Amino acid sequence: MKGIPGRLVRIFFSYSIKMISLLLAVSAISFVLVTASPIDPIQQYLLGLGTAVSPQQRAEIEDYWGVNEPPAKRYLDWLSELLHGNLGESALYRRPVGEIISERFQSSLALMLCAWLLSGMIGFILGCIMGMYQNRLPDRIIKKICYILSSVPTFWLGLVFLLVFSVWLKWFPIGFSGPVGIPESQVTLRQRLYHLILPAVTLSFMSFANIALHTRQKLAEVLGSEYVLFARARGEGDLTILLRHGLRNILIPGLTLQFASFAELFGGSVMAENVFSYPGLGSAASAAGLSGDVPLLLGITLFSALFVCTGNLIANLLYGIIDPQIKEAAP
Amino acid sequence: MKQKDETLLEIHDLSVSFRMYDHGLSQTDLEVISNLHLSVHPGEILAVAGSSGSGKSLLASAILGILPPNATVRGHLHYKGQELNAQRQKQLRGTEIALVPQSVSFLDPLMKAGKQAEGHHRPRTPAPIKSLFRRLELPEETERLYPFQLSGGMARRVLVSTALLTDARLVIADEPTPGMSLEQAMEALGMFREMAREGKAVILITHDIDLAFEFADRVAVFYAGTTVETAPASDFRSGPDRLRHPYSKALWNALPQNGFQPIEGFQPYAGDLPKGCLFAPRCPYRTEKCIISIPPVREVRGGEVRCYYGS
Repeated sequence: MKGIPGRLVRIFFSYSIKMISLLLAVSAISFVLVTASPIDPIQQYLLGLGTAVSPQQRAEIEDYWGVNEPPAKRYLDWLSELLHGNLGESALYRRPVGEIISERFQSSLALMLCAWLLSGMIGFILGCIMGMYQNRLPDRIIKKICYILSSVPTFWLGLVFLLVFSVWLKWFPIGFSGPVGIPESQVTLRQRLYHLILPAVTLSFMSFANIALHTRQKLAEVLGSEYVLFARARGEGDLTILLRHGLRNILIPGLTLQFASFAELFGGSVMAENVFSYPGLGSAASAAGLSGDVPLLLGITLFSALFVCTGNLIANLLYGIIDPQIKEAAP
Repeated sequence: MKQKDETLLEIHDLSVSFRMYDHGLSQTDLEVISNLHLSVHPGEILAVAGSSGSGKSLLASAILGILPPNATVRGHLHYKGQELNAQRQKQLRGTEIALVPQSVSFLDPLMKAGKQAEGHHRPRTPAPIKSLFRRLELPEETERLYPFQLSGGMARRVLVSTALLTDARLVIADEPTPGMSLEQAMEALGMFREMAREGKAVILITHDIDLAFEFADRVAVFYAGTTVETAPASDFRSGPDRLRHPYSKALWNALPQNGFQPIEGFQPYAGDLPKGCLFAPRCPYRTEKCIISIPPVREVRGGEVRCYYGS
C-alpha cells in the first residue's frame, strides 16, 4: 500500500497542471467571446452610474479603463490583475466581483451540497434496488422513472414542484432564501433550510437518475461475477451478498461518478436558482449575463470552471486510491 | 446399489436445461445436462472427467442449487438418503456441502483474504484460521492481503481453506489444477486426498483425464452432459480392455502416452443432441437400437455404464 500516497501526489500535480492550462484557456476564450459580443462595457458602466455624461467625459472614461488598447494587451492586463486577486468591480452591484462570488457561492454551496448529498443517496439506493431486482417489476418501474427524469429539463421540473408543493399544497415557500420582509442578517438557520428544501430536491431530481443507472449497472456486474457465485455457493443470501460484496465493490465507483458530476450540478443550479429566485451564484450568473455585467460574468465563468475542476480532481484522486485494485482485479 | 446406506450423494436422472430466446419470442429449452447418474461415498475422491463445454461446472451448481433463474432442473438428488430440495440445498451449502472454485476470480477483489476465508458465518474463535493458514503453508500476512496480491498457488490454498473451515461432508472441487505446475497440482490434490482421508466425499471436476485416472478412486466419464461410464480408477489405468464404454476406450486411446489416436467427429452441442445414445453418431459399434433409444444405466463389473453393449 506504500505506493498510494505517492500516486496521489502524482495525480494531484499532473491534474493541477491540466487545471491551470484549462483555466487559462477558459479565460482566453471567454475574453475573446466577450470582446466579440455587442456588449459595450462603458455603456453598462454609465448606465449603472445613473448620470448623463458628455462625449468628452465618455472618452476620458474610455481612456481610463483602457478600452481602446489592443485586445491582447487588455487581456494580459486583466490576467495580471486576476493573478493579484483583483476580479474587477461588478457594474450591476457596484461591488468587487470577488466579494459577490464568495457571498453568493456560500448560499449556492448550501443548495448544491444538499442536492448533491440527496441525489447521491437517492440514486445509490434506487440503483441498488434496481440491481437487486434486475429485469423484474421494481427495476423496470424505477428505470422508466430515471429515463423520464433525465430527459426532463430542470426549470420545468422546478415549475411543476413550485406549482404542486408551494401553490397547491402550500408546504414550501415560493422562493428566496429567507422570508420576505426580514433582513438578511435576521434570517434563522431553520428558515434558511426551509427555503432550501424545494430547490435542493429539484436539483437532486435532475441528477440522481445518472447515479442510479450507473449503480444498477455496476451492481448487475458484481452480481453476475464469479465471486458472487462463490458467495452463493457458500450459503450467503441476497442481502448478505449485497452488504458483503455489493456495496464494497460499487461504492467507490459511484462516489467517483458523483464527484465528477459537479458540472451538471452547477449547470442545474443556474436553472433551479432562477426558478426559485434563490440568491446564489447561478442566479447571479444569469443576472450578469442578461445585464451585460462583463466583470461579474467573467469572474463567475472562471470560478465555475475552477469548481468543476475541483470535483474532477477529487474524482481522480479517488480513482487513484482504488486504481491499483481495479487494475489488478480486471482480467 | 448395495452401498445405498453409505452413499452420501446420489444423483438420479438429473437434467438441467436453460430457457433461451431464439428469435423474437420463440423459446427453446437447451438441455445441457441430461439423464445424469452419479453417486459419491464418504472417504472417496470421485473424478468427473470430460472435455470442455460438456457441462461439468453446471453439475456443481446444480448440486448446490445455485443455477441461474432461467435454468430448470429435473431428476432426483439425494443427500444422506434424503431428497435434496431447494430448501435443503440452501441450508447445506457452505455448511455441509462446500465448493472449491477454480481461480482467484472467485474471490472478492476488494476483500482481504482472511475475511474471505472466514466467510459470513464468523468462526467462533479466530484460532482455526491462523492454524489452518499455517498448515497450508500460507505466510502469516496472507490474511491481510487482497486477492490481487496473492500468487496463483496462494489463492488456490485460500480457496481450499474456505472448504476446510467448514464442517463440510461433501467437497466439490471445480477444475482445481489448471495453470498450476505439476508440483503445485500434486500439492493441491494432496489436500483433497487428506480431506477424503478425514471421511469427506470429494467430487473432483476436471478436464485433465490423466489426473483423474491417476488420482481419483473412481472416475465418471462425462460426455455431452451425461455420464457414460463410472468405474474404479484402476480400470482406467489398466487400459481399454477393462473399460466398458466405447467413449471411455476412445478417450484412453487418445491420450498421448497411449497412441494419441483421435476419433472422428465432435461432441454434439446442447440443443442438437441425438435422439438415442449421445455417443452413437461417433460410435464404431452402434446399431439401430442405439440410434433410436437412450440406453439405460447398467452395472458391469463394479462400474456403471450407459451402453447396450458395454461389458
